Amino acid sequence: MHLLAVNPVPWARSQMAFTLAFHIVLVPLGVAWGLMALVANYRGLKHEDSAALLLAQRWSKFMAVTFAVGAVTGTVLSFEFGLLWPTFMGRFGAAFGVPFAIEGLFFFTEAIFVAIYIFGWKRLKPWTHFWTGIPIVIAGIGGSVSVVAANAWMNEPSGFTLNSAGKVVKVDPIGVIFNKAMPYEAAHMVVAAYVVGGFLIASVYAAAWLRGRRDRYHRLGFTIPFTVAAIATPIQMIVGDTLARWVFSNEPVKFAAIELVPKTKSDVPETLLGHLNSSGKITGGIPIPGLASWLSDPSTGKSTVVKGLNTVPSNARPTIGEVNVVHLAWDVMVGLAMLLLLLALWYAISWWIRRDFPETRWFLWPAAGAGVAAVLALEAGWVVTEVGRQPWIVHNYLKVQQAATANHGVWITFSAVLALYLGLGITTVHVLRGMSRRWRDAGRREPDSPYGPRSPVPVDGVRVREEVAAR
Amino acid sequence: MTDAVAVLLIVAVTAYAVLAGADFGAGFWDLLAGVADRGERPRALIEHSIGPVWEANHVWLIFTLVMLWTAFPPAFASITSTLFVPLTLAAFGIVLRGASFAFRKSVVRTRDRRNFGAAFAASSVITPYCMGAVAGAIASGRVPSGGTTGDPWSSWVNVTSVVAGVLAVATCAFLAAVFLIRDAARLEQHDLAEYFRRRAIAAAIAAGAAAVAGIFVLGADATYVFHGMASRSLPLVVASAMCGVASLVLLRRGIARFARLVAVGAVATIVFAWGVAQWPYILPTSLKVSAAAAPSETLTALLVVFAIAVAVIGPSIALLFVMDQRSLLPEEGAERAEKPPAPVPS
Repeated sequence: MHLLAVNPVPWARSQMAFTLAFHIVLVPLGVAWGLMALVANYRGLKHEDSAALLLAQRWSKFMAVTFAVGAVTGTVLSFEFGLLWPTFMGRFGAAFGVPFAIEGLFFFTEAIFVAIYIFGWKRLKPWTHFWTGIPIVIAGIGGSVSVVAANAWMNEPSGFTLNSAGKVVKVDPIGVIFNKAMPYEAAHMVVAAYVVGGFLIASVYAAAWLRGRRDRYHRLGFTIPFTVAAIATPIQMIVGDTLARWVFSNEPVKFAAIELVPKTKSDVPETLLGHLNSSGKITGGIPIPGLASWLSDPSTGKSTVVKGLNTVPSNARPTIGEVNVVHLAWDVMVGLAMLLLLLALWYAISWWIRRDFPETRWFLWPAAGAGVAAVLALEAGWVVTEVGRQPWIVHNYLKVQQAATANHGVWITFSAVLALYLGLGITTVHVLRGMSRRWRDAGRREPDSPYGPRSPVPVDGVRVREEVAAR
Repeated sequence: MTDAVAVLLIVAVTAYAVLAGADFGAGFWDLLAGVADRGERPRALIEHSIGPVWEANHVWLIFTLVMLWTAFPPAFASITSTLFVPLTLAAFGIVLRGASFAFRKSVVRTRDRRNFGAAFAASSVITPYCMGAVAGAIASGRVPSGGTTGDPWSSWVNVTSVVAGVLAVATCAFLAAVFLIRDAARLEQHDLAEYFRRRAIAAAIAAGAAAVAGIFVLGADATYVFHGMASRSLPLVVASAMCGVASLVLLRRGIARFARLVAVGAVATIVFAWGVAQWPYILPTSLKVSAAAAPSETLTALLVVFAIAVAVIGPSIALLFVMDQRSLLPEEGAERAEKPPAPVPS
């Protein structure tokens, strides 16, 4: 057994990071896809647009798959809080848990109305059916705000009182939920959900357009999500900029990691790429003189003093390796966001001038890649906030090292999770593509019709399906 | 107030056991439905039956976990530290079950459907078994509180956990079969109703046998909970036994509607009996509910959340269940090639 006695901490961190990184891809789909399906649904009903209705119906079937995968991978995270971080939960569960209780409400609402919406196409009245989709949109936003409130609390713990033994003896639930970081982080994540969800779904239809599938169905499949993303992207720039300035004022160590600032100083350059070497000096990269200082507080410009990593002892701040990860992730996030913003502007200008999206390959190729880029930006942003908090799990109260489980077998569970989730990810994409291919093949023969002639009361589940198949 | 939150925790566990239990049990019958042709109609019914509701039912587990870690954080930390293995297996089972069920509905090739179906069905058995084993470990006092961690293996591989795991699987199968009778009848598939009626009777007998075995095992292995069952919880235990017998009688007479009601009663009362029997402990006999409880403001917040849940989620769940029962949520409308229905095996 001694051979198997491996230090659980790095494995627990890896497992948590990996399962979160997986789950976070499904979040934008859960939050944003419902809205887009409703836009298509509304269009379909209001303008008797059968392509829009078909799109909404098919999207709802895709959502059934991604929502299920999101629900179960989210459940794993609930288990992992205890399995991987028992000390964290044991000591701070009374405070940290409060936002999750509220998230439970939203998740419940979402699960119920997702079921009603995706199963209700055939037999609910069209407008009644449309309205059953609205709670999905609201619950998606509420749920992600609640979860992010819990994460923000880890960055800015508040709303609790400890006794001399370090036990939580008093909790202010409102103070926990509305901690100082919560409004900024929550806004950033919700808008990110629309950016990522929009670009991700639009990119599929951009690829289809490039392959010559140029009908009204694919046009809507591209324009609805791309419009959502194009509206959300500039908003996200403002929200992100505000959040960064808030981090500058309130989480100086994280900010120092973002901007590669080993020692407190003014006139800090914005270093693109580059890294800290083992002695803590900036190497490589392209410095833009004074820009980091100027962006941190435009009113004082280049003379703005940015606190360095040296303001806290080395055991209370990220390691040099972690600082480099944060800085690189930051550059990736901001860099990709800039490219996505350009794409969104191009789209907006084209729409303004000729009431259509740019059909040139110069636009469509990047648009087809925008989904992956947006996901990468999302992951990078998550890395910034999480790695930037290291070594703390609850900032200034509890370190990751102390919070972790003592179970030596975590390397085994991590390996198993890795295998399981890789299989899950590949299968999800495969199943979604299979559905799309099947519909395409069926569509060549005969289009199917949502809200089509009502099927009689199903006397036999199998028979009903046959009727549908025959239609 | 601590007591009120503890009751809510048991309510959430009960709701999960009854509602999600029936979904897991449906997976059990899916597993036993036989080769592709023979099992096609029972599987179609199972899919049709749990499709719209399983995710909502699953949320009770999230509620249970969140309530546990928020209201009784040290208990949650002790349970997850000691029972690392079965809880990890349960989590994996939940991923496999939910994902493969969603995948199976969305693919058409028999081979794909069979593979996803196998993953769905197998994990539908593993997960409730692990949950039962976890309950057995807690009831038999194998989860110590505080900094100490119980044995990673013998804490859940022991006679109480095994019996509790088997009881959980049998109970899920029983509930599922009883629910499926009604669903089959609703869709006028009377041969399938009969098919599940026979299986419900078999599962009822199995669950009853596991419950009786459980009494003896608790007497030998989990004395605190056993004494609780024999005193404080006795009325609940008797009620559960009566419900169990009544459901058997009703099933034999083919009165499915009331059978469903008493089947739910039998399961709900036994979960409550467990809770009452280990009172005032959350981890018998090392951690009392009162000692594990979070500060009162947190508990108040949970009660408020629960009140909102009753006001908002309650009607929504009712809406979902009523729509489902009235066949307003027939399918996702997936265009799928179907073979003609095969006769149901007897």
